[in-house]
Amino acid sequence: MSQLVIFFVFAAIMVFAGVMVITVRNAVHSALFLVLAFFSSAAIWLLMEAEFLAIVLVLVYVGAVMVLFLFVVMMLDVNTARLKEGFIRYLPVGLLVAVLIAFQLIMVVGGERFGLEDYPKPVPKAADYSNTEALGAVLYTEYLFAFEVAAVILLVAIVAAISLTMRRRNTVKTQKPEMQVAVRREDRIRIVSMASEPRNGREDGS
Amino acid sequence: MTDFVAITPELFLLTMACVVLIVDAFLPEAYRAVTYQLALMTLVITGGLTVALYPAEPQVVFHGAAVVDGMGSVLKAFIAGIAFFAFTYSKDYLRERNVFKGEYYVLGLFAVLGMMIMVSAHSLLTIYLGLELLSLCLYAMVAMHRDSADASEAAMKYFVLGALASGMLLYGISMIYGGTGTVDLGEIAAVVASGDIVDDTVLVFGLVFLVVGLAFKLGAVPFHMWLPDVYHGAPTAVTLFIGSAPKMAAFAMVMRVLVDGLEGLQADWQAMLVILSILSMAVGNVIAIAQTNLKRMFAYSTIAHVGFLILGVLSGTEAGYAASMFYAIVYAIMSLGGFGMIVLLSRGGFEADRLEDFKGLNERSPWFAFIMMVFLFSMAGVPPFVGFWAKWSVLREVVAADMVWLAVVAVVFSIIGAFYYLRVVKLMYFDKPEDASPITAGGDLQAAVSINGLAVLGLGLFPGALLTLCVAALAAS
Repeated sequence: MSQLVIFFVFAAIMVFAGVMVITVRNAVHSALFLVLAFFSSAAIWLLMEAEFLAIVLVLVYVGAVMVLFLFVVMMLDVNTARLKEGFIRYLPVGLLVAVLIAFQLIMVVGGERFGLEDYPKPVPKAADYSNTEALGAVLYTEYLFAFEVAAVILLVAIVAAISLTMRRRNTVKTQKPEMQVAVRREDRIRIVSMASEPRNGREDGS
Repeated sequence: MTDFVAITPELFLLTMACVVLIVDAFLPEAYRAVTYQLALMTLVITGGLTVALYPAEPQVVFHGAAVVDGMGSVLKAFIAGIAFFAFTYSKDYLRERNVFKGEYYVLGLFAVLGMMIMVSAHSLLTIYLGLELLSLCLYAMVAMHRDSADASEAAMKYFVLGALASGMLLYGISMIYGGTGTVDLGEIAAVVASGDIVDDTVLVFGLVFLVVGLAFKLGAVPFHMWLPDVYHGAPTAVTLFIGSAPKMAAFAMVMRVLVDGLEGLQADWQAMLVILSILSMAVGNVIAIAQTNLKRMFAYSTIAHVGFLILGVLSGTEAGYAASMFYAIVYAIMSLGGFGMIVLLSRGGFEADRLEDFKGLNERSPWFAFIMMVFLFSMAGVPPFVGFWAKWSVLREVVAADMVWLAVVAVVFSIIGAFYYLRVVKLMYFDKPEDASPITAGGDLQAAVSINGLAVLGLGLFPGALLTLCVAALAAS
């Protein structure tokens, strides 16, 4: 019973946060609401006994990804007012389509096909059962292929992002550390042999 | 260990893609051609390895993540080959536009890897990952020419609609997983065949989303909106890459999901594919008539060809699948040639992608006018070119599956479609050229396009070998 209450509380917060992410005007606020949504879903994962995933979600997404996200949002200064221009105009059509789709989805996959008799509640694991160990045991064996492909996708994402944004501009003055380090004495100073100058400029001319 | 031996081509390609990436980063601008040559060499060896490791019988590896079988190996070899030609065509074009950078080849190699993973997938998870790998590379390649507003817009549209399609596909996958409790295609097929599932509503529901996702990626009507804009907006060198090899990968994806995994639901997906196929042939062929831009025209022609390609799959027989596979390979070769001709006629900043640019080509170069005519006749389905045999074999299977009416519809639309192909032939042979300058493309490009054209002609005169290969490949999968 208490589990049910916890579930509904966190699910309600998550849905609320999700709606706020796409409706609030300020991009920083919407990023913060996304953090709230992540927290709530982490709590729901805990209820499902997926402690490792729950902790990783908080550590990685909330701790690292969202902080970066906030940095980017603050630096870019996105004009959200302009982005949201068509929002009210398209809202009625969008809402109508969304409601219709939701209605159709519920008709087909409503409670009767995903009820408790079709998908019985899993038996709770023993206290010494390690979720992390279970994940680790399959990640590099059964799912090795998928894991490696996912790694390649991340590599491609890096390559693509760099190739799309990096532009060498000749007009910008930048330091070239490798050239600074490799510089030799001969490049900077020139020793010229010349006759010694008299101490006082007046003596030779006049 | 045998698992790793089975995927040697993929491992080699991945390693070489990383090597090319590193080498390119340290190369001075003047030696950029080394990247290009390394990429070509990689594709040749990858193709060679695929052929050398052609399996006698299907071999499921990595706990059901991938499968090495006849269909996969044949398609992988053709993907490597067609990517080789696409790279060759793109060199001069990219150099003239100042985007001759290593990234095109690195991303191209990774895209080929993504296609190979899709083609040999044996699990819905692998299919999805392979597809994302391919799509990410393609998005970036479309956007690569940053000074062009068209290219940026095309990349944005491609990215947003591609993400939507991936979402659809994932939702479908989650439903199939919910219904069968597995993502392994073999196990899904076993669960569906066992008859344990009394109420298959959830499966059919998931199937609808899967078909929508697949149709998006194939570019079948009504999920085709992205295709003309992307083909038109992308640099032609990228368009010819997107328009050729990925179509074979998309075909393989359809085969893996619908036939390997959900053959038990054939009655359901057949009806969906019939609608997609008729709409694609109708919209593609009719709207192509109104196009004055050759890239857009080819884009609509792609949509029409996708309609034909689906015909073979929906006939639901082994022979039908073989006919579709034949169609996919042939289409990739023809479309590569068609876009290759646009690249050939383009030079320094000028795109030869309007119909007028092909006016009087016969006076400028009789040989390339002939090659272009071969491509156009082949796409229209005129014998003795190979496009005719592709259409013929697909239609034969549709008739064999007792859907004569569908075959009649296909023939009618294909006759309507012949108009816009023949219009270009008329422009080339009977009109005066607007600009009578001779063709200045490099020798390697001219040779590659010529080989491409002769392949279409040769395969048309002797279609038996490739057709037999397709039948044998499907029998061994």
